[in-house]
Amino acid sequence: MRRFFFIAIPYLWLLALFLIPFAIVLKISLSDMAMARPPYLPQFSWEDGVWSFLSQLDFENFVFLTTDNLYWKAYASSLQIAVVSTLLALLIGYPIAYAMARAPEEWRATLMLLVILPFWTSFLIRVYSWMGILSQEGYLNQLLLALGMISEPLIILNTKVAVYIGIVYTYIPFMVLPIYAALDRLDRSLIEAAEDLGCSRTQAFWLVTVPLSRNGIMAGCFLVFIPTLGEFVIPSLLGGSGTLMIGKVLWEEFFNNRDWPVAAAVAVVLTLILIIPIVLFQRNQQKQIEAES
Amino acid sequence: MRLTWFNITSLTFGFAFLYLPMVILVVYSFNESRLVTVWTGFSTKWYGEIFSNAAFMDAAWVTLKVAVFSSSIATVLGTMAAYVLVRGGRFLGRTLFSGMIYAPLVMPEVITGLSLLLLFIGLGLDRGVLTIVLAHTTFSMCYVSVLVSSRLVTFDRSLEEAALDLGCTPFDAFRLVTLPIIAPAVISGWLLAFTLSLDDLVIASFTTGPAATTLPIKIFSAVRLGVSPEINALSTIMIAIVTVGVISASLISKRKYVLQQEEERNYGRDSV
Repeated sequence: MRRFFFIAIPYLWLLALFLIPFAIVLKISLSDMAMARPPYLPQFSWEDGVWSFLSQLDFENFVFLTTDNLYWKAYASSLQIAVVSTLLALLIGYPIAYAMARAPEEWRATLMLLVILPFWTSFLIRVYSWMGILSQEGYLNQLLLALGMISEPLIILNTKVAVYIGIVYTYIPFMVLPIYAALDRLDRSLIEAAEDLGCSRTQAFWLVTVPLSRNGIMAGCFLVFIPTLGEFVIPSLLGGSGTLMIGKVLWEEFFNNRDWPVAAAVAVVLTLILIIPIVLFQRNQQKQIEAES
Repeated sequence: MRLTWFNITSLTFGFAFLYLPMVILVVYSFNESRLVTVWTGFSTKWYGEIFSNAAFMDAAWVTLKVAVFSSSIATVLGTMAAYVLVRGGRFLGRTLFSGMIYAPLVMPEVITGLSLLLLFIGLGLDRGVLTIVLAHTTFSMCYVSVLVSSRLVTFDRSLEEAALDLGCTPFDAFRLVTLPIIAPAVISGWLLAFTLSLDDLVIASFTTGPAATTLPIKIFSAVRLGVSPEINALSTIMIAIVTVGVISASLISKRKYVLQQEEERNYGRDSV
């Protein structure tokens, strides 16, 4: 009996507050916008029967998404931003993880703590901290002007560059930690063997270290890529009105245009896009677990 | 092991990148000028302003309430879910259940927020503290569950079996044997759920109504217009709390670990 409750309570909670809401999104994405409260049709009612309800649903909103350029651009630019930031995070994160794994034993716990600490700090504040740095009269421009490296302030805030910086900054711990874990496990004698057999240090790095940390690299890339794709806070604080990202479009569709059916359709398409990297990520993790056991 | 110049450089630049923005924020929160980027002199007046700002204090109170309730419920539900997943054996719809535990971790916040809002509207619930608590509990219980189940996987099942053999009911075995052993994971789960709730802007924006404004919502609407010294002061307070909390937590767990090692060593000596 108690076992039943142990299963039923969390199960029902998730059904009611995760699965059913998502089914509602799916349903509304197939509905039409209406000047009513709630602003969509059809409403489900038992009197009319299930069939008449289903027959009123259509894919109009999805067709609309394909005809309006805004959505294509938003999906494309979200993908582009996510790919570029993931690569940048890898480029910056790998050397940090590598140096951490090579640091003296007694430093490592502290270095780990230093990487994790920003996690616990408010995401919003970490993004906000870049607004003062990147703005036209911000600290970065002040510094560069004072050093005489530029003659007039750079415009960084409210561009894609600011979004890249913001994403790399907030998500870099996700990149560093799995790569560090992979490098930490790596058997040093393999590198020594490669060097004994005539590899240079650089060759040994590319031929031994990088391939053996591949799982960590993959995990890090997915952990940055997946949440970035639907990101809202970073593009809206650092990207300005010119940077399109799908999370922002969904938000505006819902709160500003009050077009619920289109917002729901945007959400459904975003979920479909995310399924691919999520499945790949799962496979990568599975492989890693199998490799360890 | 020896650090090469390359490694020292990447550590220095890496950690400068991670910490400099926050250091600048903290330093400039003591700037006297309203023009945040121009240093005119030391002052703590923005801290006074933020504490006397009733709207911010109200929002902080709402946020704290939501975080305490949602993280506590999420810890109970998440621990139950983890136990069911690791020890529950087979039951109808187990795959669906584990799918529902992992999906919210990767679901974009805008989608989670939108879907919950549509549910609350469909149910005709008044949006406010209650709806944010429900929303936060739902996603943070999944994080708790993942943390707790990773602990459950590694611990020795024979302890539970011994308790069952000695006449415990399965529930007593859970309460008296399992729970004390997984307690550290449950506590970190609670802390994680608590921070996630404190931190959340997007889901709270979707699921709240005019009656309840959380701190992140308030901060977001203030900083949309640009950098403000009051927000710098508020951020500094939040950063200070987190830093003190995390560092003391890690010191405590380190101390515990050392004590445990010592105990095990003593035990080893006695038995010989």
